[in-house]
This record gives sequence, C-alpha cells and structure tokens, in this order.
Amino acid sequence: MTGLPLLSMTIFLPLLGALAIFVNRGNAAKGHNARWVALWTSLVTFGLTLILWWNFKSGTSDFQFEDKLQWMSLLNISYHVGIDGVSLPLMLLTTLLIPICILASWTSIQEKVPEYMIAFLVLETMLLGTFSALDFILFYIFFEGVLIPMFFIIGIWGGPRRIYAAFKFFLYTLLGSVLSLLAIIYVYFEVGGSDIPLALTTPFDPKVQIWLWLAFFASFAIKIPMWPFHTWLPDAHVEAPTAGSVVLAGVLLKMGGYGFIRFSLPMFPEACEYFTPFVFSLSVIAIIYTSFVALAQRDMKKLIAYSSVAHMGFVTLGIFAADPQGIQGSVMQMVSHGLISAALFLAVGVLYDRIHSREISDYGGVVHVIPKYAVVFMFFILASIGLPGTSAFVGEFLVLLGVYQVNTWATTFAIFGMVLSAAYALWLYRRVVFGKLEKPDLKIIKDLDWQENLAFAPLVIVVLFLGIYPMPLLEVSEGAITNIVDQYNLAVEPEDARKIKSKTNLQIAMKD
Amino acid sequence: MIGGFFLPDLRLILPEAILIVAVLYLLLEAVIRKQRPLAVIHKLHNHYGLLALIFSLTALIFLHAPGNKWVSFEGQIFLDDFVFVAKALILLGSAAVIAISMPDIVKDNIASYEYSALVLLATVGMLLMVGANDFLLLFIGLEIQGLSLYILAALYHHRLKASEAALKYFVLGALATAIYVYGVSLIYGYAGSTDFEAIFSVIRSESINGASIGLIIGLVFIVASMAFKTSAVPFHMWTPDVYQGCPTPITAFIAASPKVAAMLIFLRIMFEPFELLYGEWKTPLVLLSMLSMILGAFGALRQTDLKRLLAYSAISQMGYALMGIAAGNEEGIQAVVVYLALYLVMIIGTFGCLLCFRGKNYEGIQNIEDLVGVSQLHPKVSFLLSVFMFSLSGIPPLAGFFAKFYVFKAAISAGLFSLAIIGVLTSVVSAFYYLRIVKVMYFEPVPEDLPISYGQTVTWSAGLTVTLNICALITLLFFAYPSLLLDIAQRASFAIVR
Repeated sequence: MTGLPLLSMTIFLPLLGALAIFVNRGNAAKGHNARWVALWTSLVTFGLTLILWWNFKSGTSDFQFEDKLQWMSLLNISYHVGIDGVSLPLMLLTTLLIPICILASWTSIQEKVPEYMIAFLVLETMLLGTFSALDFILFYIFFEGVLIPMFFIIGIWGGPRRIYAAFKFFLYTLLGSVLSLLAIIYVYFEVGGSDIPLALTTPFDPKVQIWLWLAFFASFAIKIPMWPFHTWLPDAHVEAPTAGSVVLAGVLLKMGGYGFIRFSLPMFPEACEYFTPFVFSLSVIAIIYTSFVALAQRDMKKLIAYSSVAHMGFVTLGIFAADPQGIQGSVMQMVSHGLISAALFLAVGVLYDRIHSREISDYGGVVHVIPKYAVVFMFFILASIGLPGTSAFVGEFLVLLGVYQVNTWATTFAIFGMVLSAAYALWLYRRVVFGKLEKPDLKIIKDLDWQENLAFAPLVIVVLFLGIYPMPLLEVSEGAITNIVDQYNLAVEPEDARKIKSKTNLQIAMKD
Repeated sequence: MIGGFFLPDLRLILPEAILIVAVLYLLLEAVIRKQRPLAVIHKLHNHYGLLALIFSLTALIFLHAPGNKWVSFEGQIFLDDFVFVAKALILLGSAAVIAISMPDIVKDNIASYEYSALVLLATVGMLLMVGANDFLLLFIGLEIQGLSLYILAALYHHRLKASEAALKYFVLGALATAIYVYGVSLIYGYAGSTDFEAIFSVIRSESINGASIGLIIGLVFIVASMAFKTSAVPFHMWTPDVYQGCPTPITAFIAASPKVAAMLIFLRIMFEPFELLYGEWKTPLVLLSMLSMILGAFGALRQTDLKRLLAYSAISQMGYALMGIAAGNEEGIQAVVVYLALYLVMIIGTFGCLLCFRGKNYEGIQNIEDLVGVSQLHPKVSFLLSVFMFSLSGIPPLAGFFAKFYVFKAAISAGLFSLAIIGVLTSVVSAFYYLRIVKVMYFEPVPEDLPISYGQTVTWSAGLTVTLNICALITLLFFAYPSLLLDIAQRASFAIVR
C-alpha cells in the first residue's frame, strides 16, 4: 500500500478546509465561497474514506492504516490512529452525512455562513478522530472536542429555545464524559500507557471493572442516549438547525454505541456480563416507553428524536447480547439509523424551510402539492419502521436474532416496540402528508429543489442497497466483532471457551 | 559554595538586581520629569518596565545551567531547575501584564507614576520568595510583594470601591502575614532553625517518634497563610472583593504572577522542609483543594460582575492546582507546574480581552451584560475570549484540558479518588459560567439600549495585540506539542524530589 498517512489525512482534511474558510472569511462573496469550500472539502474527505474502504482488508480484527507518532513521550501517550471493522462503517457514515448536511444548509442558513461551515468541518474532524483514535487521551480529546462546535451550532443557528438546549446538551454530555476521563486515567495507570490496543488485551480486576464500567457507562449512555439519560436529546434536536439535527442523530449518538463496542465489551467483560440485565431492562424500557412518548408528540422533530432513543435501544440490546449477530446487528442498526434519521430530519427541515413550523397540526395533505417530497418521506418513514428491503430491517432483525439467544423476554418486548414504532411513524405520515389540503399557505409551497434532491438521493440509494445486499458492511465488521466476542466469551466462561463457535453462528445468520 | 566568604555571590540575584535598579530609575525619572504630561510618562514607564523584565529574564536564562543547584547568601538563596521555572513564569507573567495594561493605565489617567515601578517591585518580592531557602527570607519576599500589591490596589484611590478593596486586601493580608510569622516562630522554637534543609533534617531525625506537636502547629499556620495567598477556601474571602474593586489591569496582575508565585512556594514549602510530614499535611491540603473547587464552582454561578466571576474562577483554578500538591508525588509537582504555566496564559488572555473592550466614555467593562451580543461588533476579541473561556473550563483540545488532565492524573496516581471525582464534577458546574460568557457574546443579539459600560469599542495597542495573540496561540495549539512544557516540568520536579 502507499506510504501516505491516509487515515490521518482523512481525519484532518476537514480541519484544513475549516482553516481555509477561516483565513478567507473577509472576502466579499464569503458566504458563497465558504459553502463551496466546505462542500468540496467534505466530498474529498468522503472520497478518502472510500479509498480507505477499498483498501480495507476485511476478515481480520487487526487495526489497519495505523499511524503512530510521539506525542507526550514522557507520559507514554502517543498520537495513534487506526481503524477496524467497527470504526470504518461509522467513518463512512460520518463522511457521507457531512456533505449532505452542508447541502441541506445551502439556502436555509444565511447568517454567519463561514462560521457555520467552520463549525461543521471541525465537527467532522472531531467525529472521524473519535472513531479512529487508538490512544485513550486522543480519543477523549476528540470525543469531548465534539461539544464545542455542536454547542455553537445549536446555540447560534438554533430555534427559539436554543440557549437552553445548547447548555443542556453541553453540560449533560460533559458530565458523563468527565467521569469516563477518570476511568481513562485509572486504566492508564493499570496498563502503563494510554495505548488502546494494549489496554484492550489487558485483563482488569473484576471488582475494579464494575467501577470503570460504570464510569464509561455514564459517558456512553448519555451520548447514545439510553433511557433515563435521554432528556437532553429532544431539546437539542428540536432547537438545532436541520443539519445540526442530522449530524446529531446521524453520527453523535453513534459515538455512544461505538464506545460500548470498542471499550466496555473487550475491556470489562465481567462487568458487562454483570450489568447485562440492567442494560437490557433500560433498553427495553427505552424502546417501549419512548415509543409511547413519540406517539404523544405534536412536534415532528421531537417525535423523530424520541424515535431515535427507541432505535438506539435496539443498538444497546444488540451490543450487550454479546454475540456476533447482536453486535453486527447493532453496527448495522447504527449505520442504518444514521442514514434514516438523518433523512427524516432533512424531510422535516424541507417542510420547516417552507412553512416555518414543526407542529404536525399545521400540516396535512401536502401530497397534493409536493408529490415528489411525499414519496421520499414515505420511503424513509417505512425504512424507519424496519420494512424488509431497507437497511433498518437487517439491523433490527440481526439484533433480535442475537438477543433471542440470550434473553427471549427482551426480544419479545423489543418486538412490541417495533409495532409501536410503526404506529407513531405511520400516524405522523398520515397527519402530515395525507388528508385534505386545507391550510392556505401549504397550497403554494414548492417541491424539492436541486440541493434537496442531491441530499436525499444518496440516502435513498444507500438505505435500499444495504437493505437488499448488506454483505459489504457485514463483511467489513465481521472480523473485528468476532474477535471482540471471542475475547468476551473467553473472559466470561474460561472453562468452555473452546466450544464457542461464534464464527459458524455468524455464517448461519448471514445465510438467513 | 561559589563566591567569597564575606561577599556572597551576587550574580545569583542579578535578575532581582536589574529590576531593583529599574524601579529606582523609574521613581527618579518620575520626580525629575514632573512637568511632562502623565500619559507620556506612563507610556515611557511601561516600556522601561517591560524592558527591565525582559532583561531580567534574559539574565536568569543565562545564569541558569540546567540540572545545577546553585546556593549563595549563606544558603539562604538558591537556584535550581524548579526555582528557575518559577522565576521565569513570574517574570513572563509580570511582563505580559505590563504589556496588556498599557492602554488602560494611560487612558484612565491615574494620578500616580508608580504603576510600573510597583509592578516591578512586586515582581522582585516574588522572585525572592520562590528562591528563598529560609523562612525569614521568604517572609521578606512575601512582604515586598504584599506591600507593593496593597499600594497597587489603592492606586485608584479616588474610587470608593478601589479604596475599599485595597483596605480589605491590606487588613486581611496583614493578618495572613501575622499567622505566617507566628507559624515560623513556632517552627524556629521546635526545630531550632528557619532554614529549609535544617528543618528537613530535624524532621528526619525526629520521624522515628513522630514529629513534635509544635512543629505540626507551625506547619498548620504556614499552610493557612499560604492558603490565604493562593486564595484557597476557607481563606478566600478577600478575593472577590479585591478582584471586583481593583482596576482591571491591577486585577490582572494580582490574578497572574502573585498567584503563581504563591502556589509554587507553597509547593516548595510542602515538598522541601516538610516532605516527611506528608501524612500530616495531606488531609488539610485535600480539604483546601476540595473546598476551593466546590466554592469556586458554585460561588460564580450567580455573579453578574465579570471580575467577581473571574475571582471565583481563580479560586476554583487554585483548587485544581492544590490537588496536584495534595497528591504529594512527583507527578503532582509536574502537574502543578504545567497547570500554573497554562493558567498564567489563560488568565492573562482573559484579562487582556476584557481590557480590549471599552464602554461609551472609554471606561472598562464591568458586568456580563456589557458583553451581550458583542460578537457581532467585535468578532475577533469575542473569539479570543471564548477560546479562553472554553480553555478555562477544561474542554479539549484547548490547553486548559491538559492542565486539568495532568492534575487529575497526579491525584489518581496518589489514590485520591474522591478528590478527583469532586474535581471533575465541579469542572462541569464551572463550565456553566464560562459558557455563560460565551453565550451572551454569541447567542444573544445586541441589546436595544446599551448599558453605559457596554463594550462598544475595542482598543488595541501593540503590547496587547502581541500578548493576546501569543496567549491564544498557546491555548489553541498546546495540544500539538505538549512535550516542551512537560519536559520543563519534569526537570523542575526532579530538582525537588532528587
């Protein structure tokens, strides 16, 4: 392979773009320039991630494209990045969504455009860094660094209660992460360095594991978010600008799931096993309770936000099932939810840009004026329910399959949640799109324009593609996940470790 | 010992000597050129002061050979890596404050010429303080520093608030000094010496039966007076009033070098003469640190005055630094050195931004309301101030995060888990008020009717621009090359631990 530090280039390219916008922000046509620079930077970044994917060797659990540099050599902390099958799908998701976010804000953001684009590009670097950091301190820096651009995105370009939402988002997630910082420092002393691959293979004392697990849980459970730590999410989603909601639901929530898979499972297997019933209960409550809450919402964005909590419940279920199907399903579900919820927020944003209302009752019968939009919205509503043929079905089905082998009760309740999700999603669609076209201001709205078409098209294609042929993604993540599960099983039940045939299980599942 | 028996090696105090000569010159010049307009003299003095500090720093750098320990004045003064770092930080801090105070001092027309001279004199006190190897010399340094600061605080005596602040500062400072002297007298009574090394060996020889109670009481008194100087809770009462009452450049000075100097000598007292009494001073320091972090975080939540808010912020920042001392290990020393260096950068940057903003009649800004929506008017200063705010609250990848990270690391390596947990939780609480400043600047529109002291205009001077940009660059880019400061901190800690 080439000698270029491809991964580091991918991570820091958006930052470079942000710097370019920052330097040139004094120009006359600055808003327009900033848009194009941001779009091209993010597209090239996406291209680089595709190259990473192309050169990615699936079937192994090793970290690839590793870059390691001295950073704080005195403290044995280094700049170390690399990706495996869990990080690559999420990186692809991130780099796909950021150009879409920029397209979605093409006309709707007219104030402080350069700053807005800088915030998004910085955010992209932080997200890519989070998913590829192989050093704890580096990981933490990226993980926390996400807060600053997001704080500004919600606070400056958000809705009427944006200040409250921005503060709640910032402080809530900060509270979780600082606890994980302490756990990271403890791990640092146990391992004798902050290298993640080294820490992943270091066994920890089960008694200490409980505390470390809880500290990490505080961080990831708030981020993902799990019930009852989800209360920041509806506020942040409702107040954020459309693109902010897209990236929040699409990528930021996945940082929690990624953290669970990357750290909690391999490092603290005993604690994970100990807490599995706890996580299952919270996940099932999340799926059912937030679905009911979503049914009661009058605000479209809030409804989708609550549905996100429910869908993330599936992700945590799958992860803590700790079998290959479950975790593969979780990764699949994360990617698919990233695409679908992003598309749903975009769809709401399309209506909001035209009518400036998110109230469901302000709409009705829009199918008569904007049929193209109605089709796209319909597609993603069905995808969000988990219709076979869309990526959500693959994710949810694999999760349920995985959890079924561990806990049938959790599966049963989760399936009820799926029914509820159909209820609130279809009901939302009926109230907004169908019915009589009565509101006068609705009668003159225009259908999707080119930026919107361009933003929706890749999402439709990818959701359909992954729904029909999920193998490319499953193959990528297989190696890493099998390894994690084997390691987990080895730690949890050392005596019959040899009987584990996770690999064959997975292959059976895939043939289904 | 280098130098003759009767004549001590004067080269060791060359940095101090340069400053003293500069002070004398400044005072003389002010008397001779009385007819000149005030602004001109202030401007001149400002430049001379800056120059003297730079010379002094250069002298210090040339004098010091890394890894050496250089003792003189009958073992009363010495220079090693740690003292070198401390002195360099103090000189840099003072120079930066003089550089940023330029427009304010000139435009505010204070009727005294002594501003720069007093800053230099206070710096001399601080240099003596951190280089002292004896409690009595330390006392002299403390007093030179303290008295200069009291006068500085009282310079704007026509303002009621400033006088009140100065008086409060003086009375409470005198009390702290009295406590210190009493503590030293107890130590002298029980250890038979005021020399750091003599006290250390007395404690070592006594350590078999445990240190005598008199020594421990003396230690407690010294800890209390040092806590006063570093404004650690419960000895913090003066801080908010003094910060609020003093004119902003002087507040900036009080917040910068003296805090750093006090914290570093606090560290040396704990680690050099009293190292073996760690078991005794650990709990008081943990408590000081814990209380400072808690009060600093919660006290600032409801403040509307910017400088009062920064006072509480300083209390909490000092709480984090104390955590490093309480850790009582080599990592703790390194963490404190890194923390104070970055604290200096951030606090000077913050005050520099505040000094940039000017109200309608050219007065400085006072309240948080004076910053509502200023990002629309002055994007550059607002950006810088928000960088410092995020950094002070410890959000990565800014420098403040690393400062806090090293401190937490030291605390965890010493097994102080509860202290570290309280530290991170209070950092979330204090993030709220730092974010509030960012919020008013960025998220709110410019108000219809501006308050009188609203930051309508912005002043720049060369010194201010350069200092602010340097501070911002360090804060933003510290993550790229942290090893430089870490290396320095490590050498400093080796000098102490040996």
